[in-house]
Amino acid sequence: MRQSAGIVSIAARQFRTGPLPGASVTRGEWAALSRDLASGSLDLLSLWADRGGVLMALLHQGSRRIGIARLVVRDRAFPSVGLVHAPAQRLERAAAELFGLAAEGATDSRPWLDHGRWGLRHPLAGKAGATPAEAPTEPMPDAVAADYPFLPVHGDSLHQVAVGPVHAGTIEPGHFRFTVQGETVVRLEARLGYTHKGTDALMTGATVARGAELAGRTSGDSTVAYAWAFAQAVEAALAAPVPARAFWLRALMAELERLANHLGDVGAICNDAAFAMMLAQCSVLREQVLRACDRCFGHRMMRDCVVPGGVARDLDGDAHGVLRNLLETIRDALPALTALYDGTASLLDRTVGTGRLDPALARRFGAGGYVGRASGRDFDTRRDLPYAPYDMLKLEVPRRSDGDVNARVWIRIEEIGQSLSLISQILAQMPQGPVRADLPAADEPCEGLGLVEGFRGDVLISVALDGDGRIARCHMRDPSWFQWPLLEAVIEGNIIADFPLCNKSFNCSYSGHDL
Amino acid sequence: MRKLLIEGLIRRPLTEPAPKPDDAALDALGRRVGAALHRRLGRSLAIRMVDAGSCNGCELEINALGNPFYDLERFGLRFVASPRHADVLMVTGPVTHNMAEALRRSWDAVPEPRWVVAVVAAVLPVDLHIAGCPPRPAALLEGLLALLEHAAAGTAAR
Repeated sequence: MRQSAGIVSIAARQFRTGPLPGASVTRGEWAALSRDLASGSLDLLSLWADRGGVLMALLHQGSRRIGIARLVVRDRAFPSVGLVHAPAQRLERAAAELFGLAAEGATDSRPWLDHGRWGLRHPLAGKAGATPAEAPTEPMPDAVAADYPFLPVHGDSLHQVAVGPVHAGTIEPGHFRFTVQGETVVRLEARLGYTHKGTDALMTGATVARGAELAGRTSGDSTVAYAWAFAQAVEAALAAPVPARAFWLRALMAELERLANHLGDVGAICNDAAFAMMLAQCSVLREQVLRACDRCFGHRMMRDCVVPGGVARDLDGDAHGVLRNLLETIRDALPALTALYDGTASLLDRTVGTGRLDPALARRFGAGGYVGRASGRDFDTRRDLPYAPYDMLKLEVPRRSDGDVNARVWIRIEEIGQSLSLISQILAQMPQGPVRADLPAADEPCEGLGLVEGFRGDVLISVALDGDGRIARCHMRDPSWFQWPLLEAVIEGNIIADFPLCNKSFNCSYSGHDL
Repeated sequence: MRKLLIEGLIRRPLTEPAPKPDDAALDALGRRVGAALHRRLGRSLAIRMVDAGSCNGCELEINALGNPFYDLERFGLRFVASPRHADVLMVTGPVTHNMAEALRRSWDAVPEPRWVVAVVAAVLPVDLHIAGCPPRPAALLEGLLALLEHAAAGTAAR
């Protein structure tokens, strides 16, 4: 019997239209929830801290209910969830170092985002807990960072390969420590945090408008998903009315964003197997999507187009034609590209069987997006925790269980088809009317939750507003938090030369994770 | 595959004409870049890109420079895997504390003569700023062409 039924009882309709009810839990209940996570009866949606305590967002997949548990922290310590449920470990390490808390019993208490270069510790703890050294205003290029003890590895004929933070390609920075036997990877340990910009601190005290800009700059490839999740959270906290047409325009943008990313990545994955032709063909389609977005919304990536209260601008008279042409172009091109992928034995030789993610691990980590769906996890917030207008659209969620690079490519190809269908449906059914409404004023502190299916998976944003309508705390959880650890698992037993393929087929966000 | 290849041969190229180098960028470069670039390197520039904490939007648009519409390499501009192969360090992001040392070490590895192109960032002596959030590929191209053009003009004046 699940002990958490009382806490994890919020239906999508409830948290998507109104403020979150605060559920304060005891230490005993906190521990019981940890056990429910460990036993697999609950999925962890996120874990974070604020100045009063630690919080967990939880999902019960069977009943499609969520819950937020808040534990008031005394003596700056809370019982570790990561001790029994590994997916919580990195979130816990980040929460602990940002707020100066200790996770009692945690097996891994190494700092995570804090590389010892900030010039201060516990930056979000406030006056009570922050211990500022001489707070620098400039980055310290010559600062020597504290040693970071990678996990020890023992065995015969092992050597280590250290890669990053600066990588060979035009990608984001992170460090990968491979332990290799011959060509075979026996362990990968990632070290992240290089792009940590202090987004949480920038959010604290910011206006809602500023917060929306920051959210849209958290992970550039998902700017629409982030802006939408942030808007959802603020609108729910204020129980704000949003014009119906705005929801449809947001979904239009979100599907265009998904289309652009999937097209780009399918090409890039093939390019990492030295099959450049797919990259060339797919990058043409991606560019055409971005140009259509630019034409319709005034920005290639549609940055700052979703705002709390609605959207920043409506489509003009020609936009429907532009988008219909785009759909036709992609629909015409796609079958040949799919056939090219599926008919090139030398390419499939690299993708089939490579980087296999065990469905049990995908389930345990609550892996979102194509990473989870290629390994049997049947979850999509658009369908399972529905939000307008997806509750009015026909959507099929593709799923496979083979879990390799090839499966992730196929999930993306099928999702391209779904996005094309959704865009057609949106263009045909979108209601007329206003696209933006003023937000009601906040007269007391309130909290709201946003949960949006970005191309990479579910983006969660929790916003707490103070009585003046400013942001008291904003926590953003990128889907990558639960995917990065799985990348370490899938590379095991593969050759090191296949790492780029595995990595690109996950395409985790560094910036979205590092904040 | 054959059909795609034949189409590629008979279809009009997607590649677009070069944008005019950005005037403002040319003026700014006047103070920074000498004739050395053209004399030493001709019209060939190797660029090493370092993300020093961007949101990854800049990287997406920099990657787009390689697509057939912009085809960066026709100008002799190409992205290289190591700073030791580079003439230009292209930096994105605000330069986070955690990336500052890696950026400095990348810069130290770039052989002279060398230039910095900043897409937002500023802890190194910057030769060229390209603005935008993220800058469009066309703006990136304008800026990089300005770097080449300016160097060519500098040589002519000598």
